[in-house]
Amino acid sequence: MSLSRRQRLRLLRGVTYTATVAALVLIFLVVDWGELGGALFKWDIVTDQFPDILTTALRNTVIFTIFGFIGGLSLGLLLAIMRLSKVKPYRWFAATYIEVLRGIPLLVTLLILGFGIPIATGWQWPNPYIQGAVPLALVAAAYIAETVRAGIEAVPRGQMEAARSLGMSYTRAMATIIIPQAFRIIVPPLTNEFVLLIKDTSLISVLGVTASTLDLARFGRNGVNDTANATPLVVAGLVYLALTVPLTQLAAWMERRSKAGRR
Amino acid sequence: MNQHSGTPMSAEPLVRIEQLHKRFGDNHVLRGIDLEVAKGEVVCIIGPSGSGKSTLLRCVNMLEEPTEGKVVVGGVELTHRDCDIDRARCITGMVFQQFNLFAHMSVIDNITIAPRKVLKRDRSAAEQKAKMLLDRVGLAEKADAYPAQLSGGQQQRVAIARALAMDPQVMLFDEATSALDPELVGDVLNVMRELAEEGMTMLVVTHEMGFARGVADRVVFMDGGYIVEQGHPEQVLGAPREERTQRFLSNVRER
Repeated sequence: MSLSRRQRLRLLRGVTYTATVAALVLIFLVVDWGELGGALFKWDIVTDQFPDILTTALRNTVIFTIFGFIGGLSLGLLLAIMRLSKVKPYRWFAATYIEVLRGIPLLVTLLILGFGIPIATGWQWPNPYIQGAVPLALVAAAYIAETVRAGIEAVPRGQMEAARSLGMSYTRAMATIIIPQAFRIIVPPLTNEFVLLIKDTSLISVLGVTASTLDLARFGRNGVNDTANATPLVVAGLVYLALTVPLTQLAAWMERRSKAGRR
Repeated sequence: MNQHSGTPMSAEPLVRIEQLHKRFGDNHVLRGIDLEVAKGEVVCIIGPSGSGKSTLLRCVNMLEEPTEGKVVVGGVELTHRDCDIDRARCITGMVFQQFNLFAHMSVIDNITIAPRKVLKRDRSAAEQKAKMLLDRVGLAEKADAYPAQLSGGQQQRVAIARALAMDPQVMLFDEATSALDPELVGDVLNVMRELAEEGMTMLVVTHEMGFARGVADRVVFMDGGYIVEQGHPEQVLGAPREERTQRFLSNVRER
C-alpha cells in the first residue's frame, strides 16, 4: 500500500474513533437499563431520602467540615508561622507535626485520637461532634500549614523589608502586610483544601454514630442496609457533588482571575 | 575627611559609621567602612556592582546586620545590642530599587499605614499629611489607586512619599531609578532633587552620574568593600585621584 505518513495517521485516528463509538453503543445495548436504574436510582427510594438527608446528614457533614476548617486554618496559620520562625525548636516542632500528620492516613489518626486516647487515659470526649471534628482539624492543619507557608513565601521579600524599614515590628509586618497578601495568593488552593475536607468528613463515622450525628456517607450506607438497594448511596454522592462542584468551579475561576490580574 | 561643601553643619554628624564589616559566609562584602554624614548633607555612593554600596546602605537601617563595627544614626547606636531597632528605624526612611509598595493597599493606605500603626497617629491626621506629600510628588489625584495601576515612576514617587510620612531625619535611596524605564527616571530624580534642596539629609546609592554631580555635596566611590575615594563631586567625578575611580568612570562614560 502506498499511503503517505499523513494518510496513515488519519486512517489510524478514524479506526480508533469508530472502535470507541462501537464499544459505547455495545455497552448501551447490552446493559439492562431498567434493572440498573432500579438498583441505583429507584425513584421512590430517592424521595424517601428526603428531607432527612438534608436536615440530618448534610447538616452534620457541614458542621464537621466547618469546624474542621476553622480549627485547621487557625492551627495551620500558627504552624506555618512557626515553620518560618528563626527559633529552631519552633521550626522543628512544626516540621515534625506536619510530617507526622500528613504521613498517617486520616482513618488511622481518627481511630487513634477518637478511640485510642480515651482507652489510654480514661478521659472521654465530651460529645461525638468534638470527637470527630478535633482529629479532622488537627490533620487539616498539617495540610493547610504547608499551603499557608507557600503563600507567605510567595510574597516578595521586598514587602517585608519595606515594612521593617518603616519601623514595623516583625509581628506587625506579618499581620498587616505579609499574611493579607499571602491569603490572596492561597484562596484557590485553600478552597481545594475545603473540598477535600468535605469528603474526608465521611471517615468520621468509623468512630460510631448515633442517629443524630449521621453524616452523608453513613446516612447513605445505612440507607443501603435498610433498602437492599444502592440508591441511598447514589443520592448521598449527588449531595456531595452539589457541595463540591460549585466550590471547585469557584476555585478554578479565582485562579484564572488571579492569573489574569498578574499580567 | 572634611571636604564637604559650604553647607552649614552641626558638630555631631547625623550618621556615623565606624569600622563597619559585613560578611555573608565567606564573602567579605564590607571591609572596614568609616563614613560620616552631616545634617542636611547629600552624599552619593557610586561604584561597580558588587562593590558593597547597597549593603552599606542597608546596614544604616539594619536591614543587614553588620558583622562588626558601629552605626550611629541621630545619636542612637543601632549596633548596640540593647537598641530598639524598630524604633530606631523610624529615624531613617528608605526607598528601594523595586519600589516595594504594599500591593494589597491603595496609595493612601500605603502612605498612612506606618504613621498610624507605628507612630499611633489618628487616621485623619495621617491622611491629611499623606495628601500633602502626594501633592508634593505630583500624584495628588492617585490617592485611591492601587500600585499595579501606576507606572514605575509613579510607584517610586509614592514610595518616597511613604518614607517621608514617617518624618525621617535621613533618607536612604537604594538605586531608586535603576528599575525604571529611561523616560520615567527624570520625574523621580526631580523629586529627589527638590528634597535635597529643602535640606533633607540623603544617602544615595546611584548610577546617575548627572544627579551625583548636580545634587550631591559629596561623592563616595566604593570598590571591593572599601571606600576608595570621596570628596566634592567635581573632584571625584571630574578629576579622580585614584586609578580605580578613573577606570570606573571611564567605563560608565563609554556607555
